[in-house]
Amino acid sequence: MNSSVIIFPGSNCDRDMDVALKKFGFKNKMVWHNDDELPKSDLIVLPGGFSYGDYLRCGSIAGKSKIIQSVIDFANSGGLVLGICNGFQILTETGLLKGVLQQNKNIEFICKNIFVKVNNSENKFFENIDKDVLELHIAHNEGNYFCTEDELKSLEDNNQIAAYYCSSDGKVDDKSNPNGAIKNIAGIFNEKKNILGMMPHPERMIDQSLSGEDGSIFFENLLKNLK
Amino acid sequence: MEVNEKIAVDHGLKPDEYKKICDLLKRVPNLTELGIFSAMWNEHCSYKSSRLHLKKLNTKGKKVIQGPGENAGVIDIGDDDAIVFKIESHNHPSFIEPYQGAATGVGGIMRDVFTMGARPIANLNSIHFGSTQHKKTKNLLRGVVKGIGGYGNCIGVPTIAGQTCFDQSYNGNILVNAMTLGLVNKNKIFYSKAAGINKPVIYVGSKTGRDGIHGASMASAIFDDKIEEKKPTVQVGDPFTEKLLLEACLELMSDKSIIAIQDMGAAGLTSSSIEMASKGNLGIELHLDKVPCREEKMTPYEIMLSESQERMLIVLENGKEDSAKKIFDKWNLDFAVIGKTTNTKNIELYFEKEKVANVPIKFLANEAPMYDRPWKKTKLPQKIKFSNSDFKKLKFSDVIKKMISNPNVCSKQWIWEQYDHTVMGDTIQKPGGDAGVVRVHGTKKAVASSVDSSASYCYAHPFTGGKQVVCEAWRNLVSVGAEPIAITNCLNFGNPEKKENMGEFVECIDGINEASKYLNFPVVSGNVSFYNETKDKGIKPTPTIGGVGLIKDYKNLMSMSFKSKGNLVLVIGKTEGNLDQSIFANVILDEKKGPPPEINLFNEKNNGETVLKLIKEKLPLSVHDVSLGGIMIGALKMCIAGNMGIKFYKFKNLTNIYQYFFSEDQGRYIIEVEKNNLKKVESILKKNSVHFDLLGETTDKEIIINNEPTFTVDKVTEFYKGWLYKYMS
Repeated sequence: MNSSVIIFPGSNCDRDMDVALKKFGFKNKMVWHNDDELPKSDLIVLPGGFSYGDYLRCGSIAGKSKIIQSVIDFANSGGLVLGICNGFQILTETGLLKGVLQQNKNIEFICKNIFVKVNNSENKFFENIDKDVLELHIAHNEGNYFCTEDELKSLEDNNQIAAYYCSSDGKVDDKSNPNGAIKNIAGIFNEKKNILGMMPHPERMIDQSLSGEDGSIFFENLLKNLK
Repeated sequence: MEVNEKIAVDHGLKPDEYKKICDLLKRVPNLTELGIFSAMWNEHCSYKSSRLHLKKLNTKGKKVIQGPGENAGVIDIGDDDAIVFKIESHNHPSFIEPYQGAATGVGGIMRDVFTMGARPIANLNSIHFGSTQHKKTKNLLRGVVKGIGGYGNCIGVPTIAGQTCFDQSYNGNILVNAMTLGLVNKNKIFYSKAAGINKPVIYVGSKTGRDGIHGASMASAIFDDKIEEKKPTVQVGDPFTEKLLLEACLELMSDKSIIAIQDMGAAGLTSSSIEMASKGNLGIELHLDKVPCREEKMTPYEIMLSESQERMLIVLENGKEDSAKKIFDKWNLDFAVIGKTTNTKNIELYFEKEKVANVPIKFLANEAPMYDRPWKKTKLPQKIKFSNSDFKKLKFSDVIKKMISNPNVCSKQWIWEQYDHTVMGDTIQKPGGDAGVVRVHGTKKAVASSVDSSASYCYAHPFTGGKQVVCEAWRNLVSVGAEPIAITNCLNFGNPEKKENMGEFVECIDGINEASKYLNFPVVSGNVSFYNETKDKGIKPTPTIGGVGLIKDYKNLMSMSFKSKGNLVLVIGKTEGNLDQSIFANVILDEKKGPPPEINLFNEKNNGETVLKLIKEKLPLSVHDVSLGGIMIGALKMCIAGNMGIKFYKFKNLTNIYQYFFSEDQGRYIIEVEKNNLKKVESILKKNSVHFDLLGETTDKEIIINNEPTFTVDKVTEFYKGWLYKYMS
């Protein structure tokens, strides 16, 4: 399987994502934001970081960068796109995903392990996954997902909510919501479910020596689903 | 403007220093030249009060590739890998403007590291604030933590460890010390020594603005009531640009076009250009109209003294300008050829076709004043005689609660959860352990690092305190299973013109030096910050030591969390029961006098090396060094980390339970071993003449003292973790 990771100026999880994709068997290429076209890929990843410094609004400038039109075309033709953290923010800025990511409720950057309950039906990202509660890692200042009531309704009706923050035993409650996200939303799909944006970083959880290994489950399963 | 003595004094120069400048030049300097002298001769750049004493430091060792004198120190960690590291203070700016002050402190130290060709792989910090009751403390803490996070998180370098202290001596002068570790191939290290004449001098990075003018002088001034007026001298950080600068510099460094490179830190373009030329014994010619400026009508004086951030000066090989420029264009950074190296041995500045300054470089560097300041020795305080009545009124469980939730003991999770500590995917020991540990990317190796200070000990007796901090850093590295290699020091002191403060400095250095030599733990880099005083009140002497060590196989990483129940818990090293200068004496008995705990370097080394031996034999399941709060706090932290309990056995030898549990006697560790390994452990300890006591055994959740369940681990965790969150909410 071929994957591509886009590097924007200010991306800082690009290498981590490259390491993770390769570890689980993807042939990964790094793509510069100023390139005109994408290499042939089965999966495009927008990595975490602070694209263009995120000084204006997180992801807003990256959402208008040169390469992004190719990413939009790729997504609209059904290609698989994954945006993690800043990548999720960029996807909402392009309009490929609904809603926005506001500053965390406690107005502080948060870096810690959290649990998410994932949606494993009708999508290539989580289908057939061994566990439906994963321990992943967050590291963000703007991860507080918000959308209008209508948007929320259509996300729910369409089964587009990809992951909820939850307790270790899968309970979705206020206590396990780290950033104030509406309905504990940690990640969402587009309507066709070929685009996933989520705040947690699976690429930081791919090794027993790191914060945990549930990221490995995510990547292994994703690769299996793509084959 | 005609320069005179008054203007010179306004620049922070002493009248006799001004006279020396005129004598050297055989004329009166112009304003630009005066500005350059004042920057180069001030304490921050010239180390004029400290140089004499810093020379004494133990800086050599088999694994030292580069000692003090470069942008950072470098040590060999095998297989052509080297670690570049340094700690630096940003105290004054952080007190005036906590967010930007702390942020640019982090930015500055990272530039020092990547200037040498290393990719930063870990950040640490040591921060000291005033009393928790002081009205400024909360805002300063919040601002500093946001600033450190704001910069490090954006660049994408994990902040893996740190230290936070509260003490009223910092009420008017907080400390922010930032440390960075970088990884480099030992054959591809870049230095700041220029070589060859007529080589192009290149300016890269951000544009120059009027921010930070005289920042270096401000760092060497004493605070007074008008401190708020100094806000404009605080630089403003732009971590995004620094990230681009980092990537662009590392890209340029992958070929051989750079001769010398130096970041523009304190005293900006002035010190960077002069240092490169001085080290190469060359002259340098700069055309200041070519410097990219972000503000209009900047004068040569302002351009030379600006401390705008995220800028570098490079001496390139001839003919490499175009290929180098391409890299900086790609990263959208300014690139300008602003001058060349010369054989005049002078710094010559031109602006609008006129020569605006011409000064022999040796006057600025070698001829900078060096003072042998008078200093006073501190007498070892008398030991305090604690009487039994001091302890009778205490309730043991209340004492534990008070100690574990003390601001200087309690968990700093509120702080480190705001730092990205996992980016780069190699952090295997997060903040909250004895040392932070990151893997050397793509290898089996890992690098451990910790940062420590013990201002109360240093205040009581600087010589002992100086030794203690080095030993503490050593112990923290040993506790994670790392072989300690070298240290960096950040020497935060009061006014060197006062003989008490100068004495504290001299004796702390002597202490650091003695321990560093004995432990073969050389100092490879560092920084001095004097004049940490407000309205005549100095801080406690606070040398901060950053230690670095190597774990050859990261799978052998050791941690402090208790692993399973029914295991034995041992204290390695002898408990004498000294309470003087302990947190217990200070907080519970309100006794602040007495000598700090004695350091026995033989035991320190022997105990540490024996613990490493045990770890190598895979005998301990967890290890933690005994420090603030003694055995009780040490053991409870191991309980909290492992979410387990402990049953303390009845202690022997000492008559007083408080002395036994809360003494801060040095050179001790707590380890957890399986019962059936006790014999093996015992024989290794005996063979190495290391004293040990059986402390107790691990339990499921209960903390049992004198056969009585006193707390559950959940309760103790609440005390330990809760305090700072409550304080900041």
